[in-house]
Amino acid sequence: MSDAELTDLSAAEAAREIAAGEIAAGELFEAYRARAAEHASGAGLNCFTWVAPGAPAEPSLGGDGAPGTQGGALQGVPLAVKDLFCTEGVPSQSGSKILEGYLPPYTATAVSRLTGAGASLLGKTNQDEFAMGSSNENSAYGPVLNPWDRKRVPGGSSGGSAAAVAAGLAPWALGTDTGGSIRQPAALCGIVGLKPTYGAVSRYGMIAFASSLDQAGPLTRDVTDAALMLRHLVVHDERDATSLSFPEEIVLPSAERLEGIRLGVPRELTSNSTGGDGDGEGIERGVLDAFRAALGRAEELGAEIVESVELPHAPHALSAYYVLAPAEASSNLARFDGVRYGLRAESPKDLVDMYTRTRHDGFGPEVKRRIMLGTYALSSGYYDAFYGRAQRVRTKIGEDFRTAFDQVDLIVTPTAPTVAFKLGEKTADPLAMYLNDFCTVPMSLAGIPAISIPCGLSDGLPVGLQIAGPAFSENRLLDAAHALERALGFDGSKARV
Amino acid sequence: MTDLEPVIGLEIHVQLKTRTKMFCGCELSFGDPPNTHTCPVCLGLPGSLPVANARAVHFGLMIGMALESELAPRSIFHRKNYFYPDLPKGYQISQYDEPLCLGGKLGDVRIHRVHLEEDAAKLIHVGSSGRIQGSEESVVDFNRGGTPLAEIVTEPDLRTAEQAGEWLRLLRTTLRQLGVSDVNMEEGSLRCDANISLRPAGSSELGTKTELKNMNSFRFIERGIRAEIARQEKLLRSGERVVQETLHYDPASHAITTLRSKEEAHDYRYFPEPDLVPIAIEQAMLDAAAEAMGELPAARAERLQRTLGLSADSARQLAFRSELGDYFEAALAAAVEPAPPAQALANWISSDLLARLQDGAEASGEGAGGESVDGDPNHSRVKPAAIAALVGLASAKQISVGAARQVLDRLVAEGGDPVAIVAAEGLAALDGEGDELAAIVAAALEANTDAAERVRGGNAKAIGPIVGYVMRETKGRADGGEVTKLVNEQLGI
Repeated sequence: MSDAELTDLSAAEAAREIAAGEIAAGELFEAYRARAAEHASGAGLNCFTWVAPGAPAEPSLGGDGAPGTQGGALQGVPLAVKDLFCTEGVPSQSGSKILEGYLPPYTATAVSRLTGAGASLLGKTNQDEFAMGSSNENSAYGPVLNPWDRKRVPGGSSGGSAAAVAAGLAPWALGTDTGGSIRQPAALCGIVGLKPTYGAVSRYGMIAFASSLDQAGPLTRDVTDAALMLRHLVVHDERDATSLSFPEEIVLPSAERLEGIRLGVPRELTSNSTGGDGDGEGIERGVLDAFRAALGRAEELGAEIVESVELPHAPHALSAYYVLAPAEASSNLARFDGVRYGLRAESPKDLVDMYTRTRHDGFGPEVKRRIMLGTYALSSGYYDAFYGRAQRVRTKIGEDFRTAFDQVDLIVTPTAPTVAFKLGEKTADPLAMYLNDFCTVPMSLAGIPAISIPCGLSDGLPVGLQIAGPAFSENRLLDAAHALERALGFDGSKARV
Repeated sequence: MTDLEPVIGLEIHVQLKTRTKMFCGCELSFGDPPNTHTCPVCLGLPGSLPVANARAVHFGLMIGMALESELAPRSIFHRKNYFYPDLPKGYQISQYDEPLCLGGKLGDVRIHRVHLEEDAAKLIHVGSSGRIQGSEESVVDFNRGGTPLAEIVTEPDLRTAEQAGEWLRLLRTTLRQLGVSDVNMEEGSLRCDANISLRPAGSSELGTKTELKNMNSFRFIERGIRAEIARQEKLLRSGERVVQETLHYDPASHAITTLRSKEEAHDYRYFPEPDLVPIAIEQAMLDAAAEAMGELPAARAERLQRTLGLSADSARQLAFRSELGDYFEAALAAAVEPAPPAQALANWISSDLLARLQDGAEASGEGAGGESVDGDPNHSRVKPAAIAALVGLASAKQISVGAARQVLDRLVAEGGDPVAIVAAEGLAALDGEGDELAAIVAAALEANTDAAERVRGGNAKAIGPIVGYVMRETKGRADGGEVTKLVNEQLGI
């Protein structure tokens, strides 16, 4: 097989071929490694901040290693991992200068679940600093370029992961989603991205942004790969107190029809206004058109489209999110103080000087903005007005979804209000940038699973369709996404480099 | 000017004696080489997450039960945010407005709350000052970081330094008996801060308080509180005001200096710890805590007084030093005929025996009120059955008090069986009805004719040399009262 043929295989296909002895794991790894290295550390699409120096030695036996077995189910499949996952002895910088060159002494549970099943670490992918951003322009290691149009952003914060998968630099990638950081870049890069139910995947070893929202998940070329990765990710981890046992096995999706499925289309997240202060920023016409066309295909597959479903508090989700997430972040990022690891200011005058200059030099502007926002929101005398009120909104949003799921099986919206925008277009306007999360944040606050699949093009750029379901409904979600994916027949090959 | 009344409340931090730290699997240690008990969690490495120690929760519930607190069915952890090098995450995981235990009472002091949290690491400042400002270099030992702590906060019910010290000893005994902590002030497993204010006697309003920190022994707590009361009183009497601030007590110089003023107080930005789930107390946890409790000092004192008829003082003395109470009850259980009366046994243990053990013990390093391991009768050569037998013999007047003390000396030095010692040494009491003692008394009167004349003349105190003679001759076997009776008889008084 040629390198191009090798890298055309999906992760599930590659795993199958390796297990059958049709292709060699080392060849597959080297094919990807060479491609990844061309788009690393400022070169090409700048997807990777670290690429494995060579094929892993003898692939370790996964599974029980019993004689006659061919190792784990993912044996030999290369894996790209978002920078913020701690990987032992491999730079884990979370896109930040303050962690430049930081080598963790342990590996995140999510990563070791996949490598334990046989996957090989291909590289660490670029991201917005500490996962704060929607364009990957907040990385200390330079922006990632969108393989559909290199003048445009790949979305964020898992921008490097999304672009690498879309461009064929990795068969799949592990990302994280706090308010949309898997789904939005997946949408902007024309791939599949799944944010699982909060608690389904261990957060142990993920460098935290907002602990009550962060969740790891797959970025893949198709829905089957997303299911395959999720199957190996879910586990109850005793090292993460918020981790939960997934109540059923994740099965690879097979549905081709949507008969009997009620798809709710909440007005609040599907109109061309994003509510709030009526600043004219809404969901783009082209995005809405592609979304509506996809709904038409869903109906043809037998789905019932329910337009009357309501999420009355959803328009307030973004405001609540931008109180809660920065509040948690302001505390989570306090550990970067120059005392034990990472950057430390040179020859400080005293302790406060060391703290001040280390954090001044180590954090980028968006991170500083959110630390200040969060610190303010938690301050004595302001706590109830900000954090307390935002928590009440969060509770209301969870209730909205529960009510809605009494009426429908799944909820569908566009993933992002726009297609990929130009580099630099929104960097001067943080609020415009924050609106990227308008459709994805409500699910994050509710802790429910949501998947983004490519549903068409607008002006030659991919549009994402988001499907959300109740907690632990991933199997149903993946089945519906699989049926739609087949019917839509989205062609992502244009983005391959 | 009216009298000023001190109002004192205490905040006590107790390191819990769990096997592992509050939020990770590192073993607790004391005195091990620095940074040998650490992991990504207690070092606050990126990506690490806390998991609450169930054993610490169990101990917390036991403390709550002992202090008659209300145990919250649901309590949550908060983050207390501030920067300091001994705090690797930039926040301490503590409890805030939903603590594990609310209210309660120990002795005559009300408890405000009890909550769980993690200890900070240990900072060592190299250079002259001993504090972070002005030291050449500061190094951090994370072995202590993450040790489970219970913080116990009292209501302001204490009025004197001595009362505070006494109550703290009661708390210490209670916690020691629960087995939840080493409660050793020197090693820092028991730490105490005091909130102190003064008000006109009889007033029910509280004055401006200060918080006094760093009193690391019972002696210093009492001295520190006394010094702060005196400082506040001087201020108020000269018409000045007390400023709300946190103070540092220097045990060497007794100086009280400002640590930080109210304006400099941190805004800790408390918020619910999102990495942990609420502690939901189930019946099984309450049952386990109740089962592990055992009898507490206050209840034991009450029982000893009620069922054995001990005096209140004796009962408290035995109950509040649990090792004495244990020894006493073991002796009582091991007693054979002639059985010792409980009060006599208590007296012998807490005065004669203890005095001998403490004389033989090295001076304790723990200061006032500190128990010496060497002073523990359970660790002595005097078995509980032996002290019971000895007191039984003495109480039945089968040996004299003097002989009993001689036997006790032997027991302390060598151990052994009092009955055997009495027999071997011929210490059995001389019967006053027999001729032997009467003959010795007669000899004593003959040898001390001057004294005998004075006694006959009405000077009862002059009997000393006569009794002394008898005691020498009988090697102390004679009963003093019996001797006096015979002397008077023979002198015809």
